[in-house]
Amino acid sequence: MLPRDLQPENFTSYLPEARKLVLDYIEAIRQLPVTFLPSLLREVIEYDFKFPTERAAIDKELSTIATLSPSQAKEWFQPFQSISISSKLEDFDWINSPAQFIEQLSAYLWSSHQLDAFRKAATDYGARLHGAVTQPPLPTRRLGLAIIGQGVSSYEVPLFRSLRAHGTYFNQIKPENGLRLLLAAAASRAEAHPVPFGHWYVDGGAEAEHSPLLTCVSYQAMQPMRAALLKSMQSQIERPGMGPEQLRTYLARMSPSDLGAGDAGNAVLEHFKLKILTEGSGTQIFATTFAQWTTREALRRAEPLTLLVRFAPRQRQRPMNELLSNAGGNHELDPKGSLVDADMGAYYHWINQQRLQGYEQSAFLVWFEGHSQALVIAPTLPRGTQSSSSLDLGQLVDLAVS
Amino acid sequence: MVPQSSFFTHVTNQGFLGHYVATASLTTGVYETLNNFSAVAPEHPTVFEYFRKDLKRPASDTWVVAPSNGFNRIGESDCRSYGPGTGATVILPKHLLSAATSRGAADFDHLLRDNYENPLYTPQLGGGEFELQQLDGILRLSVADFMAHARTLSSPDELSIYIAKRLMQQEAPSLLWITMHDIDVAHSGAYSLYIEGIRRTDRLCAELWKAVQENPEYAGNTTLFILPDFGRDSDYDAGGNGFQHHRTGDAASRTTWMMALGAGVREGVIFNDPMQSIDLVPSLGAIMGFSPTQSQGKPIKDLL
Repeated sequence: MLPRDLQPENFTSYLPEARKLVLDYIEAIRQLPVTFLPSLLREVIEYDFKFPTERAAIDKELSTIATLSPSQAKEWFQPFQSISISSKLEDFDWINSPAQFIEQLSAYLWSSHQLDAFRKAATDYGARLHGAVTQPPLPTRRLGLAIIGQGVSSYEVPLFRSLRAHGTYFNQIKPENGLRLLLAAAASRAEAHPVPFGHWYVDGGAEAEHSPLLTCVSYQAMQPMRAALLKSMQSQIERPGMGPEQLRTYLARMSPSDLGAGDAGNAVLEHFKLKILTEGSGTQIFATTFAQWTTREALRRAEPLTLLVRFAPRQRQRPMNELLSNAGGNHELDPKGSLVDADMGAYYHWINQQRLQGYEQSAFLVWFEGHSQALVIAPTLPRGTQSSSSLDLGQLVDLAVS
Repeated sequence: MVPQSSFFTHVTNQGFLGHYVATASLTTGVYETLNNFSAVAPEHPTVFEYFRKDLKRPASDTWVVAPSNGFNRIGESDCRSYGPGTGATVILPKHLLSAATSRGAADFDHLLRDNYENPLYTPQLGGGEFELQQLDGILRLSVADFMAHARTLSSPDELSIYIAKRLMQQEAPSLLWITMHDIDVAHSGAYSLYIEGIRRTDRLCAELWKAVQENPEYAGNTTLFILPDFGRDSDYDAGGNGFQHHRTGDAASRTTWMMALGAGVREGVIFNDPMQSIDLVPSLGAIMGFSPTQSQGKPIKDLL
């Protein structure tokens, strides 16, 4: 099937809001090249489970495409039209399985040496769309908070090395009540700027007491979901003929209820959690990977104004088969290795935050939990410097966002 | 090792960024397009086939030691004028250990862990690989000794280096290819484990070079090439997740390095001119005296 042949009945399997959106824009959608449209449908098909910011972005993208003049449309999509695909790909059910189509398209682009052309087309499209869409200003500057090193009593290697050039390193911070103060700061921002999914608390271990105004995801609370997923993956792996692609397809088609998540919670958040486990690599077995990837995905998708992540020790490395089978009960932890993981995770947290709107004004704070070391990046603070100011974590947040 | 080497700072891989297909491309000098997760032979002749055919060398003169079952077909191509029986024997140490372990109770899981990128994929072996019963005949190593030594090792790559050194002692092949895989733990997302893997690989490469110096068959007449198959995604590419994967196809994931050291190589020289990973095979051909006619790479001028 080619986009020009699309009919409303082709979208009957889409959930209600996604279907309505497609039908509202079906004329514009029919004009899009088959090398481009599945990427858009991959987002649209999950519209019902998207965060508000994602929905707004899809809405704006479709309305922008629909208002392009013929010459603009040619300019925007000609690079995609120039990419050839196989008839096998054309025949693929990209309407109902756009993600799987993109995976196969990617392999085809590699093998036909068109990947670079596709990358350029996609990058140029993104830049054009970005230029055409205006975003309202943020109600407050974005703030990232990372807490690393839980359970480490001493560590001699310098921390925050990748971040130091961008901010001020504090070596006399008062660590008392640090977690509570940072959670209180996040809650205060949530109260002052009540945006749906706008303020997050991610914990790589057990979540601490926190305000209900924060969207919370924790490794420990998701233990039943993780265990169910690993059990399900094990049973799939043992099936004859099961290969990597089949497993990915199987995981992509899972719903939260398949892993025992009830419908009582927030459906959007439950789907987010599911994807953390089914799309993240290592999130099922390592708490540090879980915290890093959840932070990345929350920033990328929900674009929160506040995101506090607290890393916790992961289990020690064991043979991959053993990790996946989830055998055994209490596993030995690796606090120092986890601190190294988290130090890098904090760096990625800042990078991912800087990809978002308002990055020039955003602030970031990372603290070595229980210790006097922290680093703050903010437009009001000097870069590549050190401070011996004796502040508590609450005062440090105030300094970051002042 | 760097001060002893000619170091190439800009090696690019323009092919698929999967470990098996990229390594297959390194062996053929052609960007192969085979399915990374299938146990299939490279489409084009491998360096082992060129070497044996042109120089009329026996099978015992070239070997591959590879980490994963997925590499068991890398020793020879499906090419009609070369193909089965004309390439290298592939030793899969983990496969050997697994076979040995099945004979008696032992816990070698830490050495048997397979593909980090996709733990699901552990293909059935399809012939051509070195089998357990050959341990004694070729490596002069009893199963009991093999297992006893394996107990002292901590990773699959350590097992591979142990087997490689044993091969050097017993068979002294002229062309020995070793692929190492511990670093791929990066796919689990744990940065500390990735760094640990890099340090271990670094140490093992030095151990291998030391073994070369200490073996009279190799000392003074051996050239060692060390190179990654490709890079990893940039921290700054929004499509990736930094060190964890190699999926974006960005410059960082395609760019890596190579060092050459030993016989015929200038010491302490750094070359910044770009080269491609498929240039390795024609360079080996120029050094060793065979003609990789189907390779699409070019001999590295700075090396020769």
